[in-house]
Formats: sequence, C-alpha cells, structure tokens
Amino acid sequence: MSRYLAGIAGAGLVALPFVYHQPYHLHLLVVILIWSFAYTSWSVMGRFGLVSLGHGGFMGIGAYVTALAWNHGGLTPWIGIPLALVAGGVLALVVAYPCFRFRITGHYFALVTLALSGIVLQVITATRDHTGGSLGYTPTRHQGGSSLYAMQFTGKATWYLIALGVWAAGLYVWYRVDRSMMRYALEAISEDEDGAAAAGVHVTAEKLKITVLSAVMTALAGALYCQYQMFISPDTVSGISISLQMVFAVVVGGIYVSLGPTVGAIITILLAEVLRISFGTRAVGWDNLVYGVLLVLFIVFLPRGIVGSLLAAVRPRKESRAV
Amino acid sequence: MLELRSVRAGYGGFQALFDVSLEVRDGEAVGVIGPNGAGKTTLLRVISGLIRPTAGAIAMQGVDLVATPAHRIVAVGIAHVPESRRLFPRMTVEDNLRMGGFLPAARAKYQDRLAFVYDLFPRLRERRRQLAGTMSGGEQQMCAIGRALMSDPKLLLLDEPSAGLAPVIVEQVFDLVKRIRAGGLNVLIVEQNVRQVLRVVDRAYLLKAGSIRAAGSAAELLESETIREAYLGV
Amino acid sequence: MAIFDVFLLEALINGVLLGGVLALLSLGLNLVFGVIDVVWICYAELIMFGMYGMYFLYTVYHWPLLIAAVACIAGVGVLGVMLHVLVIAPLLGAAPINQLLATGGVLFFLQSAATVMFSIEFRNLGLRLPVLKLAGMFISYSRLLAFAAALIGMVLVFLFLNRTYTGAAIRAIAQDRQIMVLMGVDTRRIYVITSALGGGLAGLAACLLVLQYDVHPFVGLSFGPITFLICVLGGLGNFGGGFVAAFVFAELISLGGLYLDLEWGYVFAFVFFIVMMFVRPEGLMARRS
Repeated sequence: MSRYLAGIAGAGLVALPFVYHQPYHLHLLVVILIWSFAYTSWSVMGRFGLVSLGHGGFMGIGAYVTALAWNHGGLTPWIGIPLALVAGGVLALVVAYPCFRFRITGHYFALVTLALSGIVLQVITATRDHTGGSLGYTPTRHQGGSSLYAMQFTGKATWYLIALGVWAAGLYVWYRVDRSMMRYALEAISEDEDGAAAAGVHVTAEKLKITVLSAVMTALAGALYCQYQMFISPDTVSGISISLQMVFAVVVGGIYVSLGPTVGAIITILLAEVLRISFGTRAVGWDNLVYGVLLVLFIVFLPRGIVGSLLAAVRPRKESRAV
Repeated sequence: MLELRSVRAGYGGFQALFDVSLEVRDGEAVGVIGPNGAGKTTLLRVISGLIRPTAGAIAMQGVDLVATPAHRIVAVGIAHVPESRRLFPRMTVEDNLRMGGFLPAARAKYQDRLAFVYDLFPRLRERRRQLAGTMSGGEQQMCAIGRALMSDPKLLLLDEPSAGLAPVIVEQVFDLVKRIRAGGLNVLIVEQNVRQVLRVVDRAYLLKAGSIRAAGSAAELLESETIREAYLGV
Repeated sequence: MAIFDVFLLEALINGVLLGGVLALLSLGLNLVFGVIDVVWICYAELIMFGMYGMYFLYTVYHWPLLIAAVACIAGVGVLGVMLHVLVIAPLLGAAPINQLLATGGVLFFLQSAATVMFSIEFRNLGLRLPVLKLAGMFISYSRLLAFAAALIGMVLVFLFLNRTYTGAAIRAIAQDRQIMVLMGVDTRRIYVITSALGGGLAGLAACLLVLQYDVHPFVGLSFGPITFLICVLGGLGNFGGGFVAAFVFAELISLGGLYLDLEWGYVFAFVFFIVMMFVRPEGLMARRS
C-alpha cells in the first residue's frame, strides 16, 4: 500500500466522526476497531504457527483486572490497565515458559492454551462474590460517565478516536514485528526448531517474547472493551468461544497479512449484527452456528483467508505453510 | 508372473525410476542390485503399492497393478518385506504375524500359516509374546519375513534384507531365503550386498540412478565388469 | 477428627468414581488421536449432544433407559463418523493446526446448534437414583453406576483392540501408518471405524454423565478442557498414561471441591498440570507432537 493512499485513508478515518454522527454506526465502528485490535494481537503470534486457543483468557484478564481494580481498589484505569497488562503478561509467561522450554508445540500447545482460557473462565465464575460470576460485572460510573480520570467517556466520537488510535497502534506493532529480526527467527523456528536452534536462535526466548507481546496486547483489548461497554461477563470477553472466534476471524480474514484480522473482524461483527437485526432474540446462537460452518468451510477450501487468497491471486508467492 | 514395463516413479518433484522394465518368471528368484540411492527401494514400493507409478505398466499374473487400489495388491499375491523391517514395535511377535494375515483369505488359513512360519523360524515361536521392538535385528528380520509369509503370497519382495545386520546373521537370512525359495515361492530381492544375493537368485538386474544398466544370470553378473564399475566408479 | 476423615474419604472415593468416567473420556480422545492423528476439540460437544439425546429419549419420549442408552451410543457413534467424513477426511493432508481449527469450528457449530434447537435452559434427566450410605459416607448410586459402566466400556474396548483383527489394525496404524497398505488394510475404513468407536465412547460417556449432571449447550466446557489436560499430561495417544492421569485429575478436582468451590478444583488441576510440565516433561512426550 503506497504511503500516499495510506495517508489519505488514515486522514479519512480520523475525520469520519466529525462529519458523520450516527451513534449506532459509530458504535459498530468502535466495536469493530476494538475486536480488530484483539484479533491483530492474536495474529502477531498466530502467524508464526504459535496457534493459541487461549487468548480469550488474556482478554478476560485484561477486562476483569481493570474493572476490579477500579471498583474494589479505587484504582484509576490509568493504573488499572497497566496492572491488567502485567497480569496478562505474567500469565502468558507462566504458561508459555514450560511449554516452550519443553518443546510443547502444535497440538499440545493448542490444547494447553485452550484449557487455559477455560480455566480463566472458571476462575472468574468461582470468584463470583467479587466478579459477579456469569451474571457479569459493571465498572461503577464516575462523574456521570464522562471522566478522563476514570477513562469513561459518553461521546461515541471520543471512543471512536481512542479505538482508532489503539487499532492503528496494533497495526504498527504488527508492521514492526514483520520487519524485525524476530520475524525471521520465528519463521525459522516454525519451519524447523532444531535447525533454528543450531543456527544460534534462542528458540524459547523468541517464542516467549512474541507470546507475551501478543498476550499483553490482547489484555489491552479486553481492558478497552471493558471501559467502552461498561459491562463485561465471562462469556463476552473470555472463554473458549472467544478464543475460537479470534482464530476464526483471523483465518477468514487472512493470517499472514496485516489487515487480515481487521477484515475478519468486520465480517464477523457485521454478520452478528445482521443476524441480530433480522432475527432478533431468535438469533441467539445462529451467529456462532454460521461461524462454525464458515470456519470449517474456510479451513477446507480457503485456508489463506479472504485477504490472503486475494493477495495470493494477485501476487503469487511461494507459501509452504498452511492455515 | 510379475512384469514391469517402462515404469516411472518418484517422490513429488523428484523422479527416482526412469523407464524400468523387468520381469520375474514363475519359479524364479530375481535380484536387483545397485549402489545406494539407485532407486531399489522405490522399485519395490511401486510394485507393492506404497507409491504409485507416474507412467508405465505393472502386471502380476495378468492383473494390472496400476489400476488396483494399493491395499488390494496384497490380495493379488504380493507380499513386501520393507526396508528396515518396519515391524509394529509395541505389538507382540504374534500380533505382528497376525497383522500379516489380515486378509480375509489369509484369516481362514491363519493357524496353518502360523505353524508354517513358526516351523521356519523356531526362534519366533519362543518369542511369540515378546514386543517386536525389543528384539535383535536378526530376529526382527525373521519376524518381518514371517509376517509377509502369513498372507500365503506367490511373490515375496525383500528390501535390503541384509541392512543393519551382522555378517553372520546376513548369512542366515539368505540361507532362509534359499529355503523359502525351495518351497516354491518366487522372490524378488533388492540388495546392496552383491555376493550374498547372487548366490541365492537365478537372475539379476543392475539398477543405477533409476535405470536398468545390466541384466543376466547370477553367474554372469558375478563375473561382470559393469557391476564393479557401478559400485566403485561413476 | 473423625468427621474430617469421613469427608476426606468420601471425597477420595468420589474422586475415584469420577476418575473412571474421565478415563473413559480420555480413552476416546486418545484413540482418535493415536489412529488418525487428529484431536477432536469438539469431543465434549459430541458428548453434550449425546446427553441431549438421552434427555429427549428418556425424559420426553419415555423410552426405557437401557434402550435410550444404546440408541445414544449408536447415535453419537454416527456423529463421530460424520465428523470424520465431512470435516477430517478432507483435511488429512493439511497441516495439523488446520485440522484442529476445523474441529474448533465444529465445536462452535455444535454449541450453537444446541442453543438454537434446545435453548440455553438446563435440562435434567429427572432420574432420582438412591444415595448409598456407607460407613457415614454418602455415595451416590449414579456415580457408582457410572464408574462401573465406564470400567466395563473400557474393558470391552480393550478386548476389541486385542482380540479382533480390526482392533489389531487399529493398534498397528497408531504405530506405523504407512505400511498398513502392505497388510491389505484399507486405512480409510479403519479411520471410519475408529471415528465410530470414538463417537460411541462419547455416547457412553454421555449416558453416564447425564445421570449426574444437567445438560445445557455449554456443558461441554465443564469437562472438555479437563479431558484435554488429562490427555496431554498422560501423553496424547498413550492409553495407559491417560488412564492414570484421569484419576490424578479426578482426585484433584474432588479434593479441591471438598475444601472450596468446584471451580477451584479445576484451577488446582491446571496449576498441577503446569507444575508437572516443569517437573516431569517426559510424562508429556508421546509418540507424536
């Protein structure tokens, strides 16, 4: 994408809320941006074959730590969010380190992370006295809901710009990783770990770095979601469904391209909205049903995702890996 | 009995066999010799169906093997003893033999075939309940051959039976092959060990870099210069 | 202190009883992985459908319990075959992660299908089995029954694997897939049979679980992750390892539930799992990764 085009597109995106005021559409955009950021965070490690089915856990931690720190500890999210990020990072370290150290990869790693997100959900449910369990949790409103200190804003436009900024930052991180030595190290590792180690790559360290980065970013997405929606529940921010949804969106959008996760988010969220509008409460469950079928179909027929397949058609490249 | 005509085969982009033609006539034991990487293993695999040829014809007693699904080739009467034995390591000797007799036609004769194999290899009878992976190389070779014999084949394919075995054991293995042959079984042996195989077969082919370079009776080839060149030269 | 001991003993026994069912679950998963080299992430959701099956057949349509159970086992067996034929078989050549993700898609699909078809209410079988009082401990009859049935199921599978030709082929494929062709074995058929067996075991597990727990579309989340942890700890594809790990985890859950909420039992199990990875990584290494 040429710099010029990107600049125009970026300016357009920033100017959008000032010329277009429909709150519902702005709301959709905010949601799309937040989830795009979450999915991009997942793909930062997913693209290197480190497929985690547990990122719902990190998102949940990001959301709940922020909310709990505010409600119970009186800590402004300006402190609460960094706290949540640290929590996410520590959890990632604790789980990923033994996995990588002992060469737990592929199936095993995916299953361990799957269990992780399940466990986080269980912890949230178990501590229901503090977290509200499956009924959900609400951060208390401060000063009528509009406060910089509490990081709560009523204006959709404000949130739109915040979400846009974070989303752009996520893309920036993606690009930095893409152009870094870490990328080549991780690609080498995903092709042949032993070979990479023999070539002097610190396998465990590199994998840990990218995992912690991905986890922290995802936790940020969770925290952001919490502050925006002002309501979180275990099912909306954590758990296996969320984890799988992340993978699904990225697979559909395209795992090896920067905007792939974003495209995936647009598709999944718009799909959910369309179903909700068409079917109302009867739509409960239908969106996931469609996801499930689409995920299977995409894996079988279009493993590179929409964006990835389009790019491959335009610019044929030698891809030896699948997904 | 077995006829190959202009067979080509390979792995992905890499071609291993170039227009190979050979035959095994009824009552014969035939050898295929050649240096490392000549394509000998590929040859046996393409006959037994482990890989499929990209061109050419393979027929066993008139049955077109190329058109036959891979897992039905055993039923046509061909049993393959793969390179490095490939026993099922965590199954007992007897279970391995049982797997050899998996074919419905073989199941009916299971007890007879089992007795036959145990007579041929008394050591296997002693170790019938031992896990195959814990046996010595020579015993594994016997078990692998026994497993192939369980299906009562007409043609036995032996892939490098001497590989990884001490010379004494190799001697025993080839004696055994002679005995099996004497019982009326046709054999196609692929081997690097020229001396051993040529004392057991009637005819042999020289395979090098995927092509047949020479053919003749065992006696002829033993004298031949071509063989020596093939192994030592370019 | 006497009362304390009784509760502890009761928890220990309940742990053993739970372990039997978990062992059955891990057997099904290990079987499919060992033979086909695929993890059915949606395994718990297959069980969930089996549980719904039991609910409808027994509670709604008033079929006799045993007939309903047999129908469920067969039904989930068919689901297993469908899963294999429709989703797994087309992906057998693809990267393992793709296969994993595809079963993840099926997980979504099954959970949502259940939500759409049955709504999210909890359903109960409505079967009140007696509770045995043994030396001051309360042991529920349904738990004992589940344990016994699980053991019988596992013994039957063991006999099938060791005494039949097909069973031998299943064990053999897990050890050397490529040369099965030389034995005249059609690997695709074996995959289908294994899928049916894996599904059937899930169906059996469903019958046993529905005796003790309510069913709802997300009930799979209660025992799915634990089953995965058990299989990973015991070594994917390792039947014996899974068996032992099942009882270890069951005890952890049971004891955790004794002193704290049930959910903490799962947390303990996971922490234990992480610790085990540090301490005994060899216990996690199976034939394939």
